[in-house]
Amino acid sequence: MYLTTNPIDVAALLNEARPGDGAVCVFVGVVRNESGGRETVAIDYEAYGAMAESEMARIAGALSRDWPGVRVRIQHRVGRLAVGEASVAVLATAPHRDAAFAACRAAIDRIKKTVPIWKKEISPDGTGEWVDATL
Amino acid sequence: MQVRVLYFASFRDAVGREDETRQVAPGSRVRQLWQALAADVPHFSRFRAMPPAAVNREYASAETELHEGDEVAFLPPVAGG
Repeated sequence: MYLTTNPIDVAALLNEARPGDGAVCVFVGVVRNESGGRETVAIDYEAYGAMAESEMARIAGALSRDWPGVRVRIQHRVGRLAVGEASVAVLATAPHRDAAFAACRAAIDRIKKTVPIWKKEISPDGTGEWVDATL
Repeated sequence: MQVRVLYFASFRDAVGREDETRQVAPGSRVRQLWQALAADVPHFSRFRAMPPAAVNREYASAETELHEGDEVAFLPPVAGG
C-alpha cells in the first residue's frame, strides 16, 4: 500500500534496506506554513485511491528496472495534515549512492507529475483553496 | 450504454457530487464524453483543452473508446507531494 491516512513513519521505512544496500536515500515532503505569500495552517490531501496506488506502483517498478539493484518505496499520506507533518516519503535503496540519489529524485518528480492526488491549502480563517485549480 | 464518471477535488466541488452514471452512445470516445460534460457544467466549459483523463484507473487519450461500465475520471491538475 502506498497511500496511508496515518502519520508516515520514516524510521520504519529505513529498516527496509537490505544487506546488499550501501546507500539509502530518503526524500520527505512536509507541509509548509505558507504558499505564494499566503499563510497556510494545514493541507487537505485527497487521492483517486485505486489509481494513485497503481501509478505509484508503476513508478517504483519502472525505476527498479531502469537502475539495477535499486528499490524504491513510496508512502503518500491523505487527509488533513498540519504544518510540519510529512505528506510524502520516498526511499530509494541501492548498492551505491549515485543510483540511490537519482532514483529518489526521479521518483518524487514523477509522483508530482502523474499520481492523481490533490491538495487544498487551509488558511487561518478556515477557508481552503485547491492548488492549481484555477485555469 | 452507461459509464460511471468520477469527480475529484475542484471538479467535485464544481459538479457538486462525487460520481454519476452517464448515458453515452455506443462507440463514444473520451473526448465526446468530455464535450457532453462541458456542455452541462459551466466550470468545465471554460477549459480550452480536455484535462487529463483516466479510464478504469489508467491514463487514457481523448480518442480512447468507451465501453459499457467503464469508470471514467477527468483529473484536475495533480498536486501531490
